[in-house]
Order: sequence, then C-alpha cells, then structure tokens
Amino acid sequence: MAKAKNIAEFIIERDEKKCIKCQACVRVCSNDVHNYDEETEEILSDNIKCVGCHFCEDICPTGALTIRRNLSETKENAHWTRDYIYKVVKQASTGGILLTGMGNDRPYKNYFEHIVLNAAQVTNPSIDPLREPMELKTFIGRKPDRIIYDKTRGKYILKERVTNLLELELPVMFSAMSFGSISLNACKSLAKAASASGVYWNTGEGGLHKDLYPYADRAIVQIASGRFGVNVEYLEKAAAVEIKIGQGAKPGIGGHLPGEKVSEEISLTRMIPEGSDAISPAPHHDIYSIEDLRQLIFAIKEATSYRKPVGVKIAAVHNVAPIASGIVRAGADFITIDGIRGGTGAAPVAIRDNVGIPIEIAVAVVDQRLREEGIRNQASIIAAGGFRTSADIVKAIALGADAVYIGTAALIALGCHVCQKCYTGKCNWGIATQDPYLTRRLNPEIGAKRLSNLLRAWALEIKEMLGGMGINAIESLRGNREQLRAVGLNEVELNLLGIKHAGEAW
Amino acid sequence: MVKPRRILIKEEYCIGCRLCEVYCITQHSPSKDIIRTYKGSEVRPVSGIYFEEKGSVSFAIQCRHCDEAPCIENCLTGAMYRDEKTGRVLHNRDKCVGCWMCVMSCPLGVIKIDYEKKKVVSKCDLCIDREFPACVEHCPNEAILLVDEKGERVEKKSG
Repeated sequence: MAKAKNIAEFIIERDEKKCIKCQACVRVCSNDVHNYDEETEEILSDNIKCVGCHFCEDICPTGALTIRRNLSETKENAHWTRDYIYKVVKQASTGGILLTGMGNDRPYKNYFEHIVLNAAQVTNPSIDPLREPMELKTFIGRKPDRIIYDKTRGKYILKERVTNLLELELPVMFSAMSFGSISLNACKSLAKAASASGVYWNTGEGGLHKDLYPYADRAIVQIASGRFGVNVEYLEKAAAVEIKIGQGAKPGIGGHLPGEKVSEEISLTRMIPEGSDAISPAPHHDIYSIEDLRQLIFAIKEATSYRKPVGVKIAAVHNVAPIASGIVRAGADFITIDGIRGGTGAAPVAIRDNVGIPIEIAVAVVDQRLREEGIRNQASIIAAGGFRTSADIVKAIALGADAVYIGTAALIALGCHVCQKCYTGKCNWGIATQDPYLTRRLNPEIGAKRLSNLLRAWALEIKEMLGGMGINAIESLRGNREQLRAVGLNEVELNLLGIKHAGEAW
Repeated sequence: MVKPRRILIKEEYCIGCRLCEVYCITQHSPSKDIIRTYKGSEVRPVSGIYFEEKGSVSFAIQCRHCDEAPCIENCLTGAMYRDEKTGRVLHNRDKCVGCWMCVMSCPLGVIKIDYEKKKVVSKCDLCIDREFPACVEHCPNEAILLVDEKGERVEKKSG
C-alpha cells in the first residue's frame, strides 16, 4: 500500500455544554490542534496533532476539555502491540530514526518497587521528626582518609587540608539540563529554587547565561564532549565542575541542538555562531582511557586552583563498577551515575529504550566496589535517572548513593506532563522550547516556588521515613542496606543489591 | 487623596490566553457564573480589559486609575468620578450622556464605548464587589499582579 496513516494517539473530548468558545485553547496550542471556525462558530479539534501535553485542559476556564488516550485497537497481540506496529508504520513512511524525549518508558523491572524500608519497633525507638532534630545535610566531594586535628584550649583545628565540599540541605539536586534543551525561564526556575533550598543545579552542556550568574555559587557546571560555553568565568563562578561522559537516556550517543534553536542568547552562552548546529560528539575526542580522563580532571583542578570539586558523570552500563573505580582513581571528587530511566531532550527511541542498566543496581554495585577497594571516601556517588518520590531517594541512599539528581521530577513540578515531545521544540509548557511565544509561559517566580515546594515536601517525607527507622541523620542511612528488604527478587538480584529478602532478620 | 491599589502588568509573562477578559466579563455579569454568562440568556457585559498583541508580545491593560485623571476632569456630567474611600476612578452610567470626552482624553485608551447604547460602558473598577480583582486572581501565569499604594505585591489570602 502506498499510504498508511498515522493514527491519533489522543482524543480530545470537548463538553459542548461547558465550552464557552472563549478560544483560549485555540490561542495556546503550539501544535495547532484547536481551530475556531468563524462561520459555524465552532471549535474543532484535530486529534492527530495532539501530543497529550494537557496544556489546553489546564487552561480551559470551564473544564470543558478532557484529553484521553485513543483506544483504537489493533487485534490483540502480546508481541505486536499497537506501539510497535505504529513505529514500523512511521518508519516505513519516513525512513528515519525515531526520535523521542524524556526517559525510558518501557516496563523494565523497577527495583524500587521491590524494595521495602524498615521501621523501629520495641528494641529501638523511632524518632518523631516534628519534635526532635533531624539532619539531612549532605556533603559532596572527597573526604580525607582520616581526620587529623589539634586540640588547643578546647578548640579543634584540622591539620589536614580538606578540599571544598558541596553543602546540601537535603540530598537532592537538579540534574544537568542545558540552556538550549530547556528555556532560560526553566533554567532560572531551577537555579532560583536550588539557591533558595540550599541544593545545587546543573548547567548541562549549555554554558552559563549571564542572567544566571547570581545563582552560579549554587551551580555545577558541565564540561561535555562539545565543550560548549566553557571559559574562565564559567569555571570561576561555579561551585563544582562535572565532566560529562555519558547520559542515562542515550549512553554512547552525543547531542545535537538544531541550528534553528541556536538563538542569539544561546549562541552567546554556548560561544558558537548563531543558527549553527550545536553538535556534541559521542565520545570526548581527548579521552580514550582513564589516564586521559585524569589529565582532564587535573587540568580543571589546576584551572580552578584545587578549590572546586571536579566530578565525572557516566551512564550506568554493564561495566559500571570497574569504570567507576577507575574514575575515582583518576581523581574525581564525585561520580554521577545516570541509570537507564534517565531523561533527555532528544534521543533515538531505540537507544533510549534499550541501552544501559537500572540505577538501583548500578548504585549498589558501585558503592560495593568502592568500599571493597577502600576508596569509597575519595568520591561521593550521585545517583540519577528516574527518581519519582522521596521513597525512591531514601532507597537509593540506603543502597549507597550520597545524593540524587532529579530531572524529570523537577520538570513535572514546572508543568511538564511527560508527553515525550521535547525534541520538537514546541513544548506548550515553555520548558523544552526556545520559541518566544512559548518560553514566556513559564514564569520563573512561579516555577522556583513550585520546585522549592517539592523539595520541602520531600525533605519532610525523608525525615519521617528516617525517624521511623530510628535514624536521626541521613549520614547514618548511607549504604545502610540493613534498612532495606526485597520483595520478590531472585538470588542474583539480592546479591547485586546487597540486600536481604523480606522475612530475613539481621 | 487615597491612592488606589493598582494592577501591575508583567508583559514578559503574558501568554496571550485572554482568560483575564473571560473572568472580567464573568465578574461583571449579573450571575457571576462563567457558563451562565456565556451560554445563558443574560446580556454579556463588555470586559474592562484591553488586550494588546503583536508577535510574541502580548499584555492586558486596564484603567490605571490615574492620580490626575483626565477622564474625570473632562467629564461634562460628573459621571466619571473618584471614589474617595478607595481612590478608584469609577463611572456612573446613570449620569453618563455619552459624549465620549473621557474616551478622547484617556492617555492609555482603556475606556470602551458601547456603540449601541451610545454610552461609555466599560472600564476597570478593580472589581468593586470583591477583595481581589478577578483578572489578577485567574491569570494562569501571574502576568498581572495587584500592587498596593507603595508598589508592593498584594497576594490573595489563601482559603
């Protein structure tokens, strides 16, 4: 057959009894789904253009709109599900790689949902965080092998020089999202919230826009394979530097910001010509070994006079534990591991959905390996990729992470409905777009407040969970696998995670 | 003279949805119910908001309630007057003869004409009936804010 139609993913239901024809939906949709017909005075919606971002549903003053998934069904087939059929249809008509945004949406086993937490009963008391102090403060960076100090007149003075550490009020940070992949207003929201909440945000490989300089002391700046936006100020203003080797959503794949998104502001920030494609190569062409990585780490440390922690971000892949060990030995002060569910602005579907390993296992094996080698204190572990709730964070920390990065969760707080169309640049929520019509929809004052609310809520929940376990500091939970038990995992999984099955006592 | 609270426009965050107009109309309708206002048999009032749009820039502008208001000075009948309690510039339709001098003299062009009744019909009254203007309350992106006489933001009390 010469032609095969794509089917509509969503159906727009308009309650005509409620629709007042104010045309707000017509005006706001960046995909031109809704159209007002002057003659018939009716609003018609084209289902096939709808991406399911729910912006119109949110803006409709009378609640007349409902976006539903289109349940047009192909014959029931456990193997050839609708998704796979229409992927083939699409590629047969375009001949191209299928692109997508956000994180892996395939139903891989979710280990967080097979791990349960402990609580204190009888033999040790639980703690009420509302009445007693509860410490979530976390320090990221290299910690000395031992503490050597002098005690004079009741004062303790450290004798060993300790490198600067990042001080976090709670073990959550905003993961790398560049200005380019997201709008400046989204960056501002993240930066403001991080500054207000005492955590850190990450510039990604997008450079540091001048408007973000006031929040630079809370910024982790990234140096990735394209080296975009790296200059003296960039390194000097930042709190820490992160070398990005890989990303959970697309391990082994580089980045590509199309020229049409490279506006004047982006071109200035990234230090590339306006309108030119910003291509980050898949590998760093000067890093082909751990030794090469060590050179770059120390080049950055020299450039920043050894005042700033320098970390390395990798995607969680099969060899993650030995690679992490090499990275720590190369001199990294922290190591970021991005799991298979990590998000992105654009990636091939085939890569996003099939490459990498789950973060739960990656964190556990890296922590275990670094402990066995006696180098765990030399670098902090930051886990990333798919953290949805405070409980996921608590579990990751008990598995050995020092802190976690949240990306998707932060964007959801800003309005994102995970429609996975970031790569189109038409984000109705004003997040993953550079279109001046759309970026203004994200008011950073509101964004920062919502993000701060999320962090506050999670901090409260983490304190409750810690209190229940009878623990009064997040430090005491780190790598404390006895607080975890598995439900329905096999022996290999239990060994890798280093946890016992539910029912096994201490 | 009492200085009125004013509406501050943040045009960089206006998304052009024009919901401010929808809520202004609803608030000034007899039923104050959005669906009745638009779908019922009521006569729909004209909104007190001027919506301006060019390219990606848009904003909603309403009466600024000027300290020295030309519309009051030029009104022949005293229909346009200043409310002494709140400092707002208000319009009394019963006194209005429809000479449109206020429309001519408004430096911002935010007074609308009712061509059918030949009277000035609509200008922002900062929502007399309620504590907080409807447009400000419902703006989805906080592109219009309420500020007090000192220019500080007034937020709606929750609950």
